[in-house]
Amino acid sequence: MIITHPVLGPRDAQEFTYLGDASLIHRPDPEADDATGAFHEYLYQRENIAGEHRELWFHEQGDRSWLVVTRNTLTHEVLDVEFANDVARREGRSQ
Amino acid sequence: MRNSAFQVFKQALQGDVGWKPVWRSPDPKPEYDFIIVGGGGHGLATAYYLAKKYRQANVAVLEKGWIGSGNVGRNTTIIRSNYLLDGNEPFYEFSMKLWEGLEQELNYNAMVSQRGIINLFHTDSQRDAFVRRGNAMRLNGVDAVLLDREALRKECPFLNFDNARFPILGGLSQPRGGTVRHDAVAWGYARGADQHGVDIIQNCEATGFLISDGVCTGVATPRGQIRAKKVGVAVAGSSSRVMAKAGMRLPIESHVLQAFVSEGLKPIIPGVVTFGAGHFYVSQSNKGGLVFGGDIDGYNTYAQRGNLPTVEDVCEGGVAIMPMIGRARLLRMWGGVVDMSMDGSPIIDKTHIEGLYFNGGWCYGGFKATPASGVAFAHLLATDSPHETATAYRFDRFSRGYMIDEKGMGAQPNLH
Repeated sequence: MIITHPVLGPRDAQEFTYLGDASLIHRPDPEADDATGAFHEYLYQRENIAGEHRELWFHEQGDRSWLVVTRNTLTHEVLDVEFANDVARREGRSQ
Repeated sequence: MRNSAFQVFKQALQGDVGWKPVWRSPDPKPEYDFIIVGGGGHGLATAYYLAKKYRQANVAVLEKGWIGSGNVGRNTTIIRSNYLLDGNEPFYEFSMKLWEGLEQELNYNAMVSQRGIINLFHTDSQRDAFVRRGNAMRLNGVDAVLLDREALRKECPFLNFDNARFPILGGLSQPRGGTVRHDAVAWGYARGADQHGVDIIQNCEATGFLISDGVCTGVATPRGQIRAKKVGVAVAGSSSRVMAKAGMRLPIESHVLQAFVSEGLKPIIPGVVTFGAGHFYVSQSNKGGLVFGGDIDGYNTYAQRGNLPTVEDVCEGGVAIMPMIGRARLLRMWGGVVDMSMDGSPIIDKTHIEGLYFNGGWCYGGFKATPASGVAFAHLLATDSPHETATAYRFDRFSRGYMIDEKGMGAQPNLH
């Protein structure tokens, strides 16, 4: 698989480390009343989509940036790549 | 027809025209007592034991493609029961005992070959961990032998004992481990189930579940709705996709595991050898090909094929520990989609929907569990209580904090 890095261009997937579903950006609030249940969902439950999947990749052997890669899990086709920073801010995470 | 040496001779003398198909292709009935979704090893074994052991006459297996077209035909055929934890070891040993009697039970040649399995270790601390695992096995009545360097050298003189990074200090052996002809397991269970009246319905995908008021009353298929008192799902690899049709999310990610076969070689590898530190394990098939594999590719996928970095990694591991195979040519490679559960252990449990039962999350170790999984799932379906060897394989173990973290890894943390 080739992942087209937003700055560095096309890079072999071998340079990256995979974390998983991009919804992991949104860690639940540990102070909330339902934190136990929310963390169970966050840590263990997965959508595990067959099709277009937004996921976190870390460019470990490159610029060490976190990326959100949209990839088809049925074909391995990479459809979109963004910096995870940008995605997190756009989706309302403050830090 | 009962298989025997006499039959082989008789049929041979008659030109081998007397063999009959060993299972029927019936049309689905409108209603069953039990429907098993998934005609792989686990689904067929479940149906077989439901009919044979739990005396249920009205059972159907639905299979999307043809039986045995998924992971039961894609694994590397290894059986073993060398586990550490109490939640696992009795279950896998139960499975091993069923393997030992399987061919007589099914009257089918599954080529069960207990040629032994050896896990290599390379450091003092790794030896300590293996001693602990071996002792845990023996406490559960399982055979385990710690081989030192010299004993291992007698069994496997071809290993690279003086590898600079991973010098081999010895190995943990389970002599009763071995290999089984994987396709024959699917065919043997299918034949046995069919003989006990199970309807095996191929090319019939479960496209949805009939659920009303929290009760599952059957499945929807392209061949119409089929009603059932109880529905069991055994579709590891596609578990999330199928259970999503019942509105469930699972603690599972689907990943691809690749496997490889070399050209046929003269007998050289006595049993199964695993080089865990280098992501490589190997056995030699009866045809002479080296059957080997490594770890999962490491990203979510439903494509039944992997990528080249993992191929390279596996082959590097192989050549590091067995330099002689550097000259062997790779003949075939393929991938299977596996359910990676979050703690690396399976789930055999009821769901919150009455009448809907789940069997999955087998990670890369489902094949060896096939017979026990069949008995345990059949037990659960027939009696509504977990089998005594499978009480730990619950859905709620993650929320209760009772993970079965045999190796401390499931889909994460990239330790594969």
